[in-house]
Amino acid sequence: MDKPAEFYQRDRDWHPPAFAPTYKTSVSRSPRQALLSLEQSSSEITGPVFGHNDFGALDNDLIKNYAKSGDPIGERIIVHGRVLDETGRPVPNTLVEIWQANASGRYRHKKDTYLAPIDPNFGGCGRTLTDAYGFYYFRTVKPGAYPWRNYVNSWRPAHIHVSVFGSSFSQRLITQMYFEGDPLIAKCPIVNTIPDPEAIDRLIAPLDMNAAIPLDCLAYKFDIVLRGRRSTLFENRLAGN
Amino acid sequence: MAQALDYLKETPSQTAGPYVHIGLAPGAAGFDIYDRELGWDIAGLEASGERIEVEGLVFDGTGAPVKDVLLEVWQADANGIHAHPEDPRAAEVSPGFRGWGRVITNFDTGLWAFKTVKPGLVPGRSGRTQAPHLNLWIVARGINIGLNTRLYFPEDEALHASDPVLTLIEQQQRRSTLIATRTAPGRYRFDIRLQGEGETVFLDV
Repeated sequence: MDKPAEFYQRDRDWHPPAFAPTYKTSVSRSPRQALLSLEQSSSEITGPVFGHNDFGALDNDLIKNYAKSGDPIGERIIVHGRVLDETGRPVPNTLVEIWQANASGRYRHKKDTYLAPIDPNFGGCGRTLTDAYGFYYFRTVKPGAYPWRNYVNSWRPAHIHVSVFGSSFSQRLITQMYFEGDPLIAKCPIVNTIPDPEAIDRLIAPLDMNAAIPLDCLAYKFDIVLRGRRSTLFENRLAGN
Repeated sequence: MAQALDYLKETPSQTAGPYVHIGLAPGAAGFDIYDRELGWDIAGLEASGERIEVEGLVFDGTGAPVKDVLLEVWQADANGIHAHPEDPRAAEVSPGFRGWGRVITNFDTGLWAFKTVKPGLVPGRSGRTQAPHLNLWIVARGINIGLNTRLYFPEDEALHASDPVLTLIEQQQRRSTLIATRTAPGRYRFDIRLQGEGETVFLDV
């Protein structure tokens, strides 16, 4: 492994910068020094491997995985999509985890003191592995918007937090999925940490009527792109896939 | 006009927010939903090597401990093997060793801690050897894109002089921000400073 196949350089002008003062918490939690860029070694091109034994049967069904006395209140939706890399290749068998507020914008977390009520039948977290073609899906309820202390009248758009692993620790990514047409997206200081409007569009899931289940639930499609990877172009220079 | 380069763009990062725990460590956050939590057992019971414990705090730019961090660890086993199919020695990895862990901070104190085995020497590029290290990744409210860093062990000082990452840090005094303190046999302290004086070196991996 002296010359592993590296992942493409991350485009840090496309991602949000660490210091984004309109998102106030970032002011004291952002490094002032430049990041040290590494050529990748085994430490970076490997990462944890998960298997179906790690999961329960309802882990990707947020309508059922915390239901106590019935189904949660809220708009029933499917969230599905593919995990691909920057070359368009599917990322199979990778762990996708999500968490979210309930339909009224309240999280099941002791630090959340918003006055909207907890839903006794909704936990708000799920996880799944992509299949051999990179597809994943969840069933859940659409989360509500909620207020937060940034400016005194700041409200997060409806969103689902998404965590993805890929096949290497250098592909590790956490992001947030927003819903097509939500007028709060354009006003959100966290969304607007991302400098490029095209990059923001990549986080907005379109309504997907083709995947809706008639008389049951709507669907949104959210594709996720992880860092791509070099191929062996000249074997005397690069080892790889 | 040239042809369009048809690469996709990586999905942009967003902060994990204040409630990352319910999604990624619900059991640790006191929320009982999954039969089996991921990432609490890095090394397994049978893995060979020296059992160690690591703990620390993450400080913000005002010097206050950050109490809503989620920290992940990725490491090789005691023989320097990663539990991943692309490690050429993967078949010889210690039994039960996964090498990945995830912890959250104590909500009141900000302290995080995990138990594992000390990693071995990891092969680096071009025949160089990397000193034993843990790869760390931290996310939290206010952190827009996860921060990567490494933890090295103080007793390996001789190896640090030739480590390909430590030697890449131009300012000699900043290298020490990646080296843990040994507080007792098998116990290490590693504080992370996000900003300002003594700022930890963060990596673009």
